[in-house]
Amino acid sequence: MGNENRIINILLKVHIALCLLFIFAPIAGSFVFSLNSDRFPSLPLGEFSTEWYRLIWEDPLVWSGFANTLIVGLTVAVIATALGFGGAYTDFRYNFFGKSFYLALALLPPTIPVVIMGLAMLAFLSRVNLSGTTISVIIAHGVMCSPFAMAIIRLRLSQMDPDLEAASWNMGGNQWQTLRHVIIPFTKPAIFAALFITMAVSFDEFAVAWFVSGLNETLPVKILGFLQGQVSPRINAIGSLAFISSMTLIILAQLLLRNPEEPKS
Amino acid sequence: MKEAIDMTGQPEAFVKFENVVKRFGNFVAVEKADFEIGRGEFLAIMGSSGCGKTTTLRMLAGLEDPTEGAIYLDGEKVNGKATWDRDTPMVWQSLALFPFLTVQENVEFALKMRGVGKEERRQRADKWLEKMQITEFANRNINQLSGGQKQRVALARALVTEPKILLLDEPLSALDAHLKVRMQAVLANLQKELGITFVYVTHSMSEAFSMADRVVIMSRGQIEQIGTPEEIYREPYNRFVAEFLGSANIFDGTVQGPSGDDGWDISYEGGNTILPRSELTDAKQGQSVTFIVSAENMQLSLPGSGQAGIEASVAGEEFVGGTAMVFLETSLGQEIKVQKSHDELSALDLHAGSKVIVHWASENCHVLPGETG
Repeated sequence: MGNENRIINILLKVHIALCLLFIFAPIAGSFVFSLNSDRFPSLPLGEFSTEWYRLIWEDPLVWSGFANTLIVGLTVAVIATALGFGGAYTDFRYNFFGKSFYLALALLPPTIPVVIMGLAMLAFLSRVNLSGTTISVIIAHGVMCSPFAMAIIRLRLSQMDPDLEAASWNMGGNQWQTLRHVIIPFTKPAIFAALFITMAVSFDEFAVAWFVSGLNETLPVKILGFLQGQVSPRINAIGSLAFISSMTLIILAQLLLRNPEEPKS
Repeated sequence: MKEAIDMTGQPEAFVKFENVVKRFGNFVAVEKADFEIGRGEFLAIMGSSGCGKTTTLRMLAGLEDPTEGAIYLDGEKVNGKATWDRDTPMVWQSLALFPFLTVQENVEFALKMRGVGKEERRQRADKWLEKMQITEFANRNINQLSGGQKQRVALARALVTEPKILLLDEPLSALDAHLKVRMQAVLANLQKELGITFVYVTHSMSEAFSMADRVVIMSRGQIEQIGTPEEIYREPYNRFVAEFLGSANIFDGTVQGPSGDDGWDISYEGGNTILPRSELTDAKQGQSVTFIVSAENMQLSLPGSGQAGIEASVAGEEFVGGTAMVFLETSLGQEIKVQKSHDELSALDLHAGSKVIVHWASENCHVLPGETG
C-alpha cells in the first residue's frame, strides 16, 4: 500500500515487540526455571527436570489450595454472571430516576483499592460471622467480579436491535418468555465470556482473598505462604500452571466475544 | 373530526380509535385520533417523520398505551391489554428478525410462544414458508438472506398465527426501488387473498396511494384527512394535504361577490378568477378562500394570444416520464407548477426566461374546505 509510512510501521512494530517482551519475559523466565533442575534461578541453566512439578503434585497443601480456588472460581463465575446479567438487562430495559447513580454504583467495585476492599470485607464478614470461610471468599469475589460480567453483557445488549424484544412481545411472548427465548439467546456468547472472565479474575485475585479466606486459602494466598517460607522453584511451577489456566479462560472468552454474529455450527 | 368517514363497502368497523391522545411528557405525539378501520380494509397512514403515524400503529399493537381515549379491536376495548395478549402482529421497519434463529425458527416463533406443539408448529410454518416462496431457505440463518428474502420471512413470521389484522411499519423502506415495487404487488395481492385488515404506515405517497383502500394523512399528531386515494388527490381537505401531495398550485383569494348564478368572483394576489358554486355553495363578500388548481390542469399560452391569465416567466423544467413539470415564476414571486406533455411544450418553444400566460378553466378549481372561512 502506498499510503503507509515505513518508519512509522517499523516503530510501531518495535513498540509492540517491547511491550510483549516486558509483559511476557518474567513469565517466560518463570516457566523456563520451573523446568530447570537447579534450586536457584540462575544462568547457565542446569538440566531439564520436571522435579518441581512432581513436588507440587505430591503436596497436599497445593491441592487443597487448588480445590478452594476451583470451588470459589466456579461459584463466583455463576453468581457474578447472574448478577452482572441482571444489572446489564436493567440498564438496557429500563429508564428510571437515578439510573446513572445506579450504574456508577454497580460498576464501582473494581475501582476500590483492593486493600481497602479486603479490610472492609473482613470487617463486615466477621461481623456477620462468615469470616474465614469459603463462602466469605465467594461473597468478596462475587462483589469484585460482577462488574466485569455486567460490562461484557452490557456491551452485547447494546448491539441488540431494541425492536427484537418488542417483536417478541408482539408475537405473543410475555416478558419471561421473551427473556428466555430472545434476550438470553442473543446474549449467550457474552454470558459464556463473562463466566470465563469472572472465573479468571477470581483465580488470580490475591489481596482480598488473603484478608477473608482464613484457613480456606485459595492458591494465590498459598503461593504467598510458600514465598514467605522459602524460595522454591515450586513457585515457578505453580505460577506457570496458574498462568496457563488463566490464559485459557481469557482466550476462550475472547473467542466467544469475536464475531458473535457468525453462523452457528 | 375533519370529514365524515365514508365506509362504503366496509359495513363493519374492525378497529375504532375514539378520541385517542398520546402524550410523552409534554410532547403530544397523537392528538384526538378518531377514526375507524373496516374489516378487510387496507388502510395506509401517511405522513412525514414525527407526525405520529408510528405511535398510532404502536398503540394499536399494544406497544404504547393511549393517554386518553379508547381503542376498540374487533368490538373489544383494548386499552391496557398487553401486546402479547392481542393478536396484532407487526412487520417492523428494521424487520426485527431474530439473528440467532433460523428462518424456520423465526417463522415458528409466535406459535412457540403460544404453546403450540412441535409437529403442528412445523406444519403451520411450512405452509407460510411455501406461500411466501422461501421454503428453500428454511434452514438458513437470517444473515444469509437478501433484503427481499428477509422481507418475506418477516411477513411469514407475522402471519403464521393467521391473525385478523396485520400492522406494517414502513416495511419496504430498506429495499431498493425495483424490489419495492415488486413487494408492493406481493403485499397488495396478499391482502386481497387473505381478506384481513392491513394497517400500513409509510412516508411514501406512492406506496400509500398504490396499495391502500383508504389513506390517513397525519401531521404533527393531527389527522389532516382520511379518504380514498382518489378523494384525497382530487379534493385535498386543507393546505397541508395539498402541499404534501405536491402537484397542486395553491392560491389565497377573497370573495368579491357572485358571478352570475353559478359562480363567485374571486380576487387573489396577481389576478381574478371564478369559482363554481359546486365548490363554494355559500359565501359572503370579503370572505377569504383558498383554492387549488392541479399542475396538469394548468394551461399555457404565449403572450399576445389575447388569452387572459397570469403572466409568468419560465424558471425551470423537470422531466417526469412522458410529461414535464414546468416551474414558472410570476412577477409577484409566486411559483406556479404546470405539467404538460413534451409535444405540447415543444410547440410553445419554451426556454428559461420565456414569458407565458398561465390560465385554467374555473371547473378545475378546487376549494380547500379546511382553509376557507
